[in-house]
Amino acid sequence: MSTRILIPLDSSAVALGADEVAAAIASEASKRKGDVSIVRTGSYGMHWLEPLIDVGGVGFGPVTVADVPSLFDSEFGNHRLNIGRIDDHPFMKAQTRLTFARCGRIDPLSLAEYQAGGGLNGIGAAIMLGPAQTIEFVVRSGLRGRGGAGFPTGIKWKTVADTKSDTKYVVCNADEGDSGTFSDRMIMEGDPLVLIEGMAIAAIATGATKGYIYIRSEYPIAIQVMNQALRAARAGGLLGKSVFGSPYVFDIEVRVGAGAYVCGEETSLLESLEGRRGQVRAKPPLPAIQGLFGKPTVVNNVISLASIPAILSGGADEYKSLGTGRSRGSIPIQLAGNVKYAGLFEAPFGMTLGDLVMKIGGGTRSGRPVRAVQVGGPLGAYFPTSLFDTPFDYEAFTAKGGLIGHAGIVVFDNTVDLARQARFAMEFCAIESCGKCTPCRIGSVRGVEVIDRILAGNSVDDHLKLLDDLCSTLRQGSLCALGGFVPYPVMSAVTHFPEDFRKKVA
Amino acid sequence: MASHASWDEKHAAEIIGGFTSMAGATLPILHALQESFGFITERAIEMVADALNLSRAEVYGVVSFYHDFRREPPGKHVLKLCRAEACQSMGADALAARDKSDLGIDWHGTTADGRVTLEPVFCLGLCSCAPAAMIDGKLVGRLTETTLTSTLAKARA
Ligand SMILES: Cc1cc2nc3c(=O)[nH]c(=O)nc-3n(C[C@H](O)[C@H](O)[C@H](O)COP(=O)(O)O)c2cc1C
Ligand code: SF4
Ligand code: FES
Repeated sequence: MSTRILIPLDSSAVALGADEVAAAIASEASKRKGDVSIVRTGSYGMHWLEPLIDVGGVGFGPVTVADVPSLFDSEFGNHRLNIGRIDDHPFMKAQTRLTFARCGRIDPLSLAEYQAGGGLNGIGAAIMLGPAQTIEFVVRSGLRGRGGAGFPTGIKWKTVADTKSDTKYVVCNADEGDSGTFSDRMIMEGDPLVLIEGMAIAAIATGATKGYIYIRSEYPIAIQVMNQALRAARAGGLLGKSVFGSPYVFDIEVRVGAGAYVCGEETSLLESLEGRRGQVRAKPPLPAIQGLFGKPTVVNNVISLASIPAILSGGADEYKSLGTGRSRGSIPIQLAGNVKYAGLFEAPFGMTLGDLVMKIGGGTRSGRPVRAVQVGGPLGAYFPTSLFDTPFDYEAFTAKGGLIGHAGIVVFDNTVDLARQARFAMEFCAIESCGKCTPCRIGSVRGVEVIDRILAGNSVDDHLKLLDDLCSTLRQGSLCALGGFVPYPVMSAVTHFPEDFRKKVA
Repeated sequence: MASHASWDEKHAAEIIGGFTSMAGATLPILHALQESFGFITERAIEMVADALNLSRAEVYGVVSFYHDFRREPPGKHVLKLCRAEACQSMGADALAARDKSDLGIDWHGTTADGRVTLEPVFCLGLCSCAPAAMIDGKLVGRLTETTLTSTLAKARA
């Protein structure tokens, strides 16, 4: 019998040598005339073990090319890199994997494996329910957009459905620009068909016939896998003139971004898709009413859309029963930066930040004490360890002066200088500003200058006051959250780590 | 290694012609042109403007808005180093400083011998194996000074 070896094609595994390991396994197998079939898969999300290979459910990692002969010698059994059954690993056992149920386990391009793993039940349900009931179902699940703003997905869909138009679009926001986040990338690389299924359900629900996935150019592997998956979906009848055998028509095209962070903002993204500079549009009109090419458009994040099939097949009330407060269901949390067990961890909302960083993440990778974590990307607040009791929940984070954003947690050890991090936030805003509002365009440059004076120990109190004023102006005078939220990282650093702003003060 | 064709107007016209039926084709065309020729020439901007019925200023505006599009030819090798927060937490700033001084260039610069262009990138989605880089399109995680130095030495040899 042929030995089936799963080797991730996920970017993080590839960046740690998975392609070289795959080549070495293939050549070792042919040298030994072994009957081995290699399948390139997504990642399970235990990135400290990458490249992590899976042989019959047992994991070996992190594998290097040099380990390959001894792995064959052990017949993929008793080996130093054997981590036991992957599903029994504590990092996996502690999770509730709904959106990521199949990621890492299946051939991402096989519709048959996708279906065997529970895929395609959602679209079957949507076709049976019809548009109105499908939307009702999504509303009832309590799903809120995972792109950052947390807007209820079902309500957005209803607006598009209720707007009359000859043409409607579903646009998937795969711009994932936030540092510390990679869940969109992992789904596109490891289970792209679930995103396609989710988009097709959104199309059926709203009456859209054409979809776009806007993927950032920094994700070459995701772009490639997504395009291959679209071809597989068309060949398998999931897309096209009769979606999954129904009368609905829908197809999807991948478009590639060009290195502008602001294009993750939905109206900027639409401008970019139309071929223009990614300048943010004033709202109203909402994209749901006048979006791409002026037509009603659903714009949703990858994870929002990829969560839909599991909701439709598993039940709205079941989904809603997970979570806490107004944050319902599960959320793929990304543990990033200086953290020991870095990777993707899907869990119901409600775990505390401290448990995520210390218990799940194991503290820092450097072994030094944790000093700060930034949650929610470059526009998210820096939290000290004294806020580690904050539950992972939209409202709880807002109450503490932060945000969840796209659920990335970046961990810093005690070598971090928060004044420098605040400076970086302003610099990033200056580099990425779309230029439409003066406070964002000019204020961010001023912000860098003011922090430079503080770093130099020059009239620190006056300049801190100026920084505070500048942040108020940015908060009030910005059209979008790039300028509007940059005060989060800056002022949280000032508030929670004031000593870092006074290093040069006698 | 990044190998690019030298400018060829006929080839450029063919590339542009392949996109005429696409809605909102500006970015896809610019990406395709840059992939072939390494950067966006003045003449390319004119041709895209003509093909899409836009003014030259509009196309120029698009090219200048997006960080990906270059107006100058890159070096033989392009090193994109991640500058974003997760990579900072694992020492990316020091790596970048070291790299800049080794190469004698700043961000967006190309070494005098034309071998290496250094570009910043804000996140490659490799934040769980930081610091990260992309070298001639290949992803690298957990970059160290040693790996970076040897990669650069290879690129400049
Ligand atoms: C500067 C900026 C960047 C953003 N980047 C992203 C992004 O990369 N991905 C994303 O899904 N949403 C991003 N958003 C949020 C989108 O504007 C929008 O809320 C989201 O795509 C809606 O989808 P959802 O409801 O499924 O979350 C960004 C917003 C701003 C202001
Ligand atoms: S806040 Fe900044 S990025 Fe947002 S619209 Fe204004 S200028 Fe553009
Ligand atoms: S922050 Fe460097 S790869 Fe994400």
